[in-house]
Amino acid sequence: MFLNQSLPERLEERGVSRRAFMAFCGVMASTLALPASYRTAIAEALGTVRRPVLVWRQFQDCAGNSESILRSPQPDVAQIVLETLAWNYHELIMAGSGEQAEAQSTQAVRDFKGQYIAVIEGAIPTGDGFCTIGGRSALDLAREVAGNAKFTLAVGACAWDGGIVQHGPTGGQGVQDVVPGATVVNLGGCPHNPVNTVAVLVHYLTFNEMPALDQYNRPLFAYGDLIHDQCERRAYFDAGLFVESWGDEGHRKGYCLYKMGCKGPIATYNCPNVRWNDGTSWPVQAGGTCIGCASHDFWTNSSPFYGRLPNVSGFGADTTAETVGVGLLVGVTALMAAHGVGKGLQAARARETAGASTEEAGTPEAGAPPVEAAAPAAEATAEDGVAEPPPPQTPDTGSEGGRDANQD
Amino acid sequence: MTRIKIDPVTRIEGHLRIEAEVSGGKVTEAWASGTMFRGIEKIVEGRDPREAWIWAQRICGVCTTVHAIASVRAVEDAIGATPPPNAELVRNLIAGSQLVHDHVIHFYQLHALDWVDITSALKADPAKTSRLAQSISDYPSSSPTYFSGVVNRLKTVADSGQLSLFASGYWGHPAYRLTPEENLLAVAHYLDALEWQRDVIRIHALLGGKNPHPQTFVVGGMATPIDPNSPQAINPAAIDFLRARIESMRTFIAQVYIPDVLLVASAYPDWTTIGGNTRNFMTYGGYGTGSVSDTATYLFPRGIIMDRDLAHVLPMDQEKISEQVARSWYSYPGSGEATALHPYQGVTDANYTGPTPPYQWLETNGKYSWLKAPRYGGAVMEVGPLARVLVAYASGVPAVTKVVNSTLKKLGVGPAALYSTLGRVAARALESAIVVEQLSAWVDELDHNMTFGDLRIADTTKWDPSSWPSSARGFGPHEVPRGALGHWVEISDGTIKNYQAVVPTTWNASPRDAQGQPGAYEQALVGTPVADPTRPIELLRTVHSFDPCLACAVHVLDAERAGERTIVTVEAGR
Repeated sequence: MFLNQSLPERLEERGVSRRAFMAFCGVMASTLALPASYRTAIAEALGTVRRPVLVWRQFQDCAGNSESILRSPQPDVAQIVLETLAWNYHELIMAGSGEQAEAQSTQAVRDFKGQYIAVIEGAIPTGDGFCTIGGRSALDLAREVAGNAKFTLAVGACAWDGGIVQHGPTGGQGVQDVVPGATVVNLGGCPHNPVNTVAVLVHYLTFNEMPALDQYNRPLFAYGDLIHDQCERRAYFDAGLFVESWGDEGHRKGYCLYKMGCKGPIATYNCPNVRWNDGTSWPVQAGGTCIGCASHDFWTNSSPFYGRLPNVSGFGADTTAETVGVGLLVGVTALMAAHGVGKGLQAARARETAGASTEEAGTPEAGAPPVEAAAPAAEATAEDGVAEPPPPQTPDTGSEGGRDANQD
Repeated sequence: MTRIKIDPVTRIEGHLRIEAEVSGGKVTEAWASGTMFRGIEKIVEGRDPREAWIWAQRICGVCTTVHAIASVRAVEDAIGATPPPNAELVRNLIAGSQLVHDHVIHFYQLHALDWVDITSALKADPAKTSRLAQSISDYPSSSPTYFSGVVNRLKTVADSGQLSLFASGYWGHPAYRLTPEENLLAVAHYLDALEWQRDVIRIHALLGGKNPHPQTFVVGGMATPIDPNSPQAINPAAIDFLRARIESMRTFIAQVYIPDVLLVASAYPDWTTIGGNTRNFMTYGGYGTGSVSDTATYLFPRGIIMDRDLAHVLPMDQEKISEQVARSWYSYPGSGEATALHPYQGVTDANYTGPTPPYQWLETNGKYSWLKAPRYGGAVMEVGPLARVLVAYASGVPAVTKVVNSTLKKLGVGPAALYSTLGRVAARALESAIVVEQLSAWVDELDHNMTFGDLRIADTTKWDPSSWPSSARGFGPHEVPRGALGHWVEISDGTIKNYQAVVPTTWNASPRDAQGQPGAYEQALVGTPVADPTRPIELLRTVHSFDPCLACAVHVLDAERAGERTIVTVEAGR
């Protein structure tokens, strides 16, 4: 199953220099929140002669996640990962159809059992007939492909938690719910950002294991930080400068979109840092709101998409930024605790910010430890049906340990 | 008589199955089945119509943006919001670049391998390929070194014994007819197109924040502010960014896409007589210089052609559109099976009665698809690039008649050749060249407006739901890469009461109706030659020529609000 040439050798034949290759490895290290020195380790790992098999299966999907991987940035160089893998099955772009296509999937499962990587896109219905491929049910295929893989990447919201499909009449679910024994890494987002997915694969090829995951089995490097904390418009939020209507002066100047319904304060993702389409932009930069598409069941928790986040009592034309800050931070702190997200660093940052913006208001929550603040705030937001539900298990499982381990 | 099936049809969006009877080496009858259902239309019921586009856009990630645009148009039509010219321009830039991007990906990534034998390219002489390339195009990547690099890249993969995505192809099939050098040229451009598409679609990232699923549509306009003096808005640097990518599109279409389509068409002249059979064509029209409500300014006119009568382009009346479910896995209320419902009355009540998986064959005498059967005045219509080009050609649109006539002349064929598998392929390439010129015009106009101080991007007078009538309904047409897409919305007391989408692939891939009329794919496949029933590449050529998008074709947004779960129907399309 191996090639005779190392990846840098193959790339050099294609005119991709060692220098460009190392630059790519540097970007990957940065995305993975690894120290820059890991660039060399990544390069060495990618330079070895091996080529694991990958099977990409689409079920109740829109192909948005497939399209997204086609936009994987840095053309010649990010294709590294595509060429580093034997991409044996992918309905959207594979050459053969019908029986010839299905044979690729069944052969990979048979010949590389426990060794190949599965990628699943789309939800999986459990009822007969809602999704069949080659006459077989999606459930049957998902159990075969995800159940025998070394690990499975569930890309996009639908493969993670059922996404938009779970709101429909078929009740389609995520991979982890229908293939209980599978080792699943969830890469939520609508769609997933290919930079993160490529980075997970690079991490696996470099360290032979998955990066640190949160309690939703999402990689912390991508899902560990609040959009709001990384947002380039954050200073306007803190200063109380908001877009009031589409195309107004504040909108043109890039003010905060909170009042237009932005869900950045309750959503985690590395959107503002890695951005999209070769780092070109991301929704808030372009002038739109964040819809929290990488959050759990975001269709339930973010709609109404133009509704302002709750717990901002008395918000109106004469409300000060300080008031806004108080209300939001309760929710934000709760969310971070609920997510078990980068506990130490984030809590410190939240306390700092809370202290600054609530100095005058002097709310008791402001300086409280995040976990304690979490419970009442999480209840409050859940009642409003907008914030994410509390996690199914202890908040900080594996979170900070994971990232620290990476850096050791 | 041999019965064959292709499931899954790959290199398309979604899950499509074809069954066919083959006799005497030709298809005598065919059935197209969409084998996946999500149920997205109903999901938006009871919600704020201003956010319907966010949900509807998820009907498809390949046709990303198209459902968003159709959705905001439908809601604007209902509530009377009027997007300012700049918003129309930004939407046009998003839609036009989507069309060009999508067509190029279709030709290279989704369709080319039906015509191009990648293993034959390994035997090509790079120097000879270079001479061939330079004889048909000015595209600068044409040196012997460039082509030998591609050969080496292919050899590396082939020698590994792991052919990856290419492992399952029909290589060596007698239906392949290109020389090794022609195959190498096409494979090189397959790889170049992959790289090109990643860059040009950054237009969507700039204007929409990301692609797929841009995030800046707004009922009444766009959420993309314009300000020549702000780094946070569409400004002169953004205009330059757009222009550079439009220029890249223009170059790639002129130097790569169109020459390659002509190369394929010249090598497969018989495919200008195969895959036709469809007789009626429909387009909503669009891509104009004015407001979407001003159909007179459309570059591609709205219209209907019945029975290939190019002398009479008929007006399109959306009231004549209806859908049937006689052969689809749905139930209609009451009288049922023979009923044809207009989208405003549309119902999507799933009722799977097909075989229990795993199964070998569908029951094609009964219900056999998740697609409904849309009809226009009861007639089967083909939609898509061919329909657009035919209506524009028959209407005498100069930009279209010029390129169509010159292309037909180059190939030495008459207009009848358009009614074919290759006719669809050619129409897609020609309209790409036309739309890219519109893209330039739109960006110039946007630049002009910005420079002269028109910074309006949204009509916010109808943003507040209290400004809406207590009940209203609207139609949102959008001519998208795969054809005529329509969204219909009914609004009551500020929320969505009913929502329906009728999508291009639903038109084209439709199953039979109550009268037994086959859909467009099913018609087009009849007569297609089949050299080897175990490797039916010829059927794929015709099916792929429509550029199927099954997620669109079976779109259901299910409305689940206030604890109540109803079955709703949404059809999307593109």
